Amino acid sequence: MSLIPRTPVGSAPIARARLQSLLEHDRSLVSHADLLSVLREEIFALIERHAAIDANKVQFMVVRGTTASTLTVDIQVRHGRAPHGGPVRA
Amino acid sequence: MGKVIVVTSGKGGVGKTTSTAALGAALARGGQKVVVVDFDVGLRNLDLVMGAERRVVFDLTDVVQDRVKLPEALLHDGRLDTLYLLPASRTRGKEALTEEGVARVISELRDQFDWVVCDSPAGIERGAMLAMRFADEAVIVVNPEISSVRDSSRMLGLVDSKPLKVEKGGRLDKHLLITRFDPVRVACGEMLSVDDVREVLPIPLLGIIPESEEVLRASNLGAPITVCGRESAVSRAYVDAARRIKGDWVEMTVPSKDKGLFMKLLGGRAA
Repeated sequence: MSLIPRTPVGSAPIARARLQSLLEHDRSLVSHADLLSVLREEIFALIERHAAIDANKVQFMVVRGTTASTLTVDIQVRHGRAPHGGPVRA
Repeated sequence: MGKVIVVTSGKGGVGKTTSTAALGAALARGGQKVVVVDFDVGLRNLDLVMGAERRVVFDLTDVVQDRVKLPEALLHDGRLDTLYLLPASRTRGKEALTEEGVARVISELRDQFDWVVCDSPAGIERGAMLAMRFADEAVIVVNPEISSVRDSSRMLGLVDSKPLKVEKGGRLDKHLLITRFDPVRVACGEMLSVDDVREVLPIPLLGIIPESEEVLRASNLGAPITVCGRESAVSRAYVDAARRIKGDWVEMTVPSKDKGLFMKLLGGRAA
């Protein structure tokens, strides 16, 4: 028996649950960041096979929505021929 | 060759400085030669907790920038023969610390001391990264509180990637130090338990430090809790933790609620 009145359920279980979902969220953000850098590199490499790109004129942006996210890629492709002489696609 | 330990947490106010002073003094009490280094450039609190604030003339930044030699900046603790302090600068910013300079100073300290205990600033910015850069071991300080646990989880990831030792293919020994633990609140279900914290931070447990007014008292007096509050539960917990750092096996005791409850009924917590 305790002299201190106890509430039936403490706040610790709530903290525990919040912490779990926070950590899941943190982890998904990290994987999101990884995904973006992977996409960036692969798209970059793909386009560079066919066209010359100015690395300073590339924009990758993710707008996160509730059920889906939008990936916007803005790449400026230089006029002229690609380094290996293949066709240039814009 | 001494070992370099970084005391870090991410979140501020969880007890890094208190723990640095307490662990440093406890190691020195055991006869080890110890220096505690304040990396919190711009704020500087370790000298206050150690009670050395009026004796500070030169600091870590002065040594890093080669304005003075290391012995000129080191302060000897008056109470323990083998305990020294390298204070931080209050006037200079974090930019004043270069990685090369810090590397040189830490290497000099490593030659002269058994333990180099670095008090990291809060946050995950440059200062905190420099404090862990040359560490061999890390003490992650955490409160059983949601934001502290989350920040420490983030810090664990950094400790696994940022130190030089890791870049060279090594691993840092990591220790979890739970501070401000209140057994009464845990028993009432109002505070995360030791298991809850360890589930998120699965590294070896260094110690569990109970919440206590003794910590504030020690800070008021300007002495590490392991020096001025030798008989307190907090001091004993830190002394045990220091022995575990040295590699001794010491049984882990979770602060019990009975004593806490007793204290609470006596009004001890309100004192």
